[in-house]
Amino acid sequence: MYDVIIIGAGVTGAAIARELSRYKVDACVLEKDEDVCCGTSKANSAIIHAGFDAAHGTLMAKMNVAGNLMMDQLVKDLDIPFRKNGSLVVCLSEDDRPKLEELYERGIANGVKELKLLTKDEVLEMEPNLSESIVGALYAPTAGIICPFNFTVAMAENAYQNGIQFSFNTEVTDIIKFEEGYFVKTNQKEFRTRYIVNAAGVYADKIHNMVSNKKIKIVPRRGDYLILDKDVGSLVDKTIFTVPGKMGKGVLVSPTVHGNLIVGPTAIDIEDKEATSTTKEGLDDVIKKASMIVKDLPLRYVITSFAGLRAHEVGHEFIIGEAEDSKGFIDAAGIESPGLTSAPAIGVMVADVLKEKMGLALKENFIAHRKGILNPKELSLEEQKKLIREKPEYGTVICRCETVTEGEIIDAIHRPLGAKSLDGVKRRTRAGMGRCQSGFCSPKVMEILARELGASMLDITKSGGASTIVVKRTK
Amino acid sequence: METYEVIVIGGGPAGLAAAVSAREHGIDRVLILERDKELGGILNQCIHNGFGLQIFKEELTGPEYAKRFIDKVEELKIEYKLNTMVLNISEGKVVTAVNRDDGLFELQAKAVILAMGCRERSRGALNIPGYRPAGIFSAGTAQRLVNIENYMPGNEVVILGSGDIGLIMARRMTLEGAKVKVVAELLPYSGGLKRNIVQCLNDYDIPLKLSHTVVDIHGKERISGVTIARVDDKGKPIKSTEEYYSCDTLMLSVGLIPENELSREMGVDINPVTNGPRVNESLETSVEGVFACGNVLHVHDLVDYATLEAQNAGRNAAEYVNKYNDNSSKAVDGAEINIIAKNGIRYTVPEKININRMDESVIVRFRVTDIFKNAYVVVFLDGERIIRKKRLIMVPSEMEEIRLEKAKLAAHDQLRTVTIEVEKE
Amino acid sequence: MEIKEVICISCPLGCVVKVEIDDGGIKNITGYSCKRGITYAQKEITNPVRIVTSTIKVDGGEKPLVSVKTKQSIPKNKIFDCMDEIRRMVVKAPVEAGDIIIENVAGTGVDVVATKEVQPAFLINQ
Repeated sequence: MYDVIIIGAGVTGAAIARELSRYKVDACVLEKDEDVCCGTSKANSAIIHAGFDAAHGTLMAKMNVAGNLMMDQLVKDLDIPFRKNGSLVVCLSEDDRPKLEELYERGIANGVKELKLLTKDEVLEMEPNLSESIVGALYAPTAGIICPFNFTVAMAENAYQNGIQFSFNTEVTDIIKFEEGYFVKTNQKEFRTRYIVNAAGVYADKIHNMVSNKKIKIVPRRGDYLILDKDVGSLVDKTIFTVPGKMGKGVLVSPTVHGNLIVGPTAIDIEDKEATSTTKEGLDDVIKKASMIVKDLPLRYVITSFAGLRAHEVGHEFIIGEAEDSKGFIDAAGIESPGLTSAPAIGVMVADVLKEKMGLALKENFIAHRKGILNPKELSLEEQKKLIREKPEYGTVICRCETVTEGEIIDAIHRPLGAKSLDGVKRRTRAGMGRCQSGFCSPKVMEILARELGASMLDITKSGGASTIVVKRTK
Repeated sequence: METYEVIVIGGGPAGLAAAVSAREHGIDRVLILERDKELGGILNQCIHNGFGLQIFKEELTGPEYAKRFIDKVEELKIEYKLNTMVLNISEGKVVTAVNRDDGLFELQAKAVILAMGCRERSRGALNIPGYRPAGIFSAGTAQRLVNIENYMPGNEVVILGSGDIGLIMARRMTLEGAKVKVVAELLPYSGGLKRNIVQCLNDYDIPLKLSHTVVDIHGKERISGVTIARVDDKGKPIKSTEEYYSCDTLMLSVGLIPENELSREMGVDINPVTNGPRVNESLETSVEGVFACGNVLHVHDLVDYATLEAQNAGRNAAEYVNKYNDNSSKAVDGAEINIIAKNGIRYTVPEKININRMDESVIVRFRVTDIFKNAYVVVFLDGERIIRKKRLIMVPSEMEEIRLEKAKLAAHDQLRTVTIEVEKE
Repeated sequence: MEIKEVICISCPLGCVVKVEIDDGGIKNITGYSCKRGITYAQKEITNPVRIVTSTIKVDGGEKPLVSVKTKQSIPKNKIFDCMDEIRRMVVKAPVEAGDIIIENVAGTGVDVVATKEVQPAFLINQ
């Protein structure tokens, strides 16, 4: 019997697991996919928001600001790629200026520091590639960009180091209450636990409603994105949002922490919680809206597009805490934007709830630090030479677009909660994420995966399940 | 730092021919750096025949064609390093590379020949909507899996793009027991050679749908099908022409892009049309002593032409080094004349000519923008027309060439530009 | 009388050459733009042939496959018979380019030969 079962290994589940791992507790994370960070957490804007967007007084606003403030320490402790590049909300019409001021006021009320309203000239001096039709902007220097994969991976790994268990490919099918806790039925086996944390993203309503009579509803809100080549990654330096205006809700244009340019998202409410397919209309809409923000959107540099599903709760608020009618069932539901930013704060909040209820004691030997995958590109020439002498696998470049070596891929596979698929390797090392989109390296990464995992090439998948890549031997 | 006279980046057909040519023109210290585990480049996976008709007057398979040059490299004892990735080339021609055995190392070159080849355009570049499941391959990746790694990517295949690799893979998959359902091509004409349309598609009753594209990809884990639609003359899908094809594999053969990351980083000027370096009559880039040839310069239709171009680059690099060694002035008198591609000509290679430096004649290779029947290729020196050659047919998928005579260029007083264009009948 | 259409591959023009055939053979050829069209169409109608290229499984080699081709062209209608034999064949390393791997494939009188060398696996490991 576990003390706590956390359902979902996205950024919320991982953050809760990491915070919970500070305590003496027997806990396990159940994840329906083959890896951490397979749902909403992997497909979003990858933005650390300043916190002026959410309505004052909401949990969303509180978690956003608190999460943002935790980020500097967290990325240091857990070695996560992060850059505090700042954000600009630009205003494209004088009519919309009051909304900009409203955002400013709200930001101040929410406790966001260093906010500043900029004139057109100030904006264009800061970002010369923005459209001339901009009339002003709200500047938030505390906003940042992060690698959402390694953010989630890092917290999960650290939780694992500190004794939290993870069970992948484990989909919860039903939850039954019994006297001391809950039976959690899954496609694998039945788990017993005293407490449950529901961090199931777009499925959080399904999980919640298995237990509680106070039903909630999560609507998957799809967002389509485009990723552009690193060659145009510095088109803007800050994350550029638009004020929601008469043209509807705008899109953002931002550099990513790895130097690409991200453009998107759309916001389309759908029924199917798995429907992460992009549509032509969606991508066209992104292009149209982004073209109003920047002067010349270099569309020929698009390297990929994707869609993510936000776990939009119909009341547009985070639902965090014990369900009213279900003792021991703690929700962390409705975690949509600014969910990535809020995750660390949500982790603390949920861990605090559990600590109170269970009377948990802190561990003496909590490991607060985690080292990411060694990236030779960050070493000096001399250090790189030494590294390759000692570990020749760092001398073989596998992904040429992103210059990822065999050493990094082997590290990604063998570290705790290691990569098991092409996407797992890709998210951890960026092999296959570059401009050729894995055309060159995928056969090589498959070979390394097969070798290191002692598996057949025929069993290597893109992202677990039925996503095998080759079907049989030619001969 | 170890010094080589000529360092060739890439051991594919262009790199091999360039290295051999540099050696044959008197250069001792030539080094080829190759990222794969063997020389020959993409030819190793091109196991089909049809190579070498121009150069050897016989039909060879890719590996056989490569072997001719690999044997030559061995015979001439040209040095090469395999499994070696070049990370950077400085403007001063210091080449930084890495491999397991030598680690990270730097070499000084007197001349560099860029022969990195090209890569395939990916799905992302086309912005095809839909899911992103397993089972989507660029045709070249699939070719490598089938022919080298011994793995079949799938059983039921749809191919987008009628580039030659896609056509070749349509036949290849069919011969290995897969069902190729259709080849869809966005343009109203094929991007491949006529011979491949007939021998790779028609021979096996594989339909080619011109003016069609993939508008949706189905299947979350593994691809389960695609929707194909007809497009209008602007390439936009036409509503209610959608057709669903079930498949477990989508192959893309939608174009090649020269791999000029290293060139760009070292400051070589790139032509946005070819995505390759701008070169002069010596195939020298905007950086002195740095030459380019093969698919890194512009995408070729036949390897034979890449070889001929590479031989030229090798010879010119050798000449450059010999002058360098003689310590004589590297500068050549006379201005560079621009070659301008106009009216139906997409680009030319080279783009510049220095009359004083050119041979008795220079071959200008180019591609046309559209299909032209019974049209003329005309060449103007400033305003004066000096060549008007009739061509029965010119198509975008095949390279064209025209020869410019030094005598004619020199005879033109104060020549500023050479213009090449297509004149319709 | 029957009319067969052949797309000429001699140049990008791709002329659709029409060949009229009856019991006595080719009666008339039309639709070509040059003489190459006639020659090509005659050949395609009377005796269409192709070179077949594929791979054959290698036992104990540094690579799993060796690339092969039919040394000369074989009749078009023998392609799949040829592939059947190729698929069943396994060859032991080492293989040299030019080695005959299958003699007289599918009764065509044509051999299947290797187009690349494959060394034994142990040589590479040393």
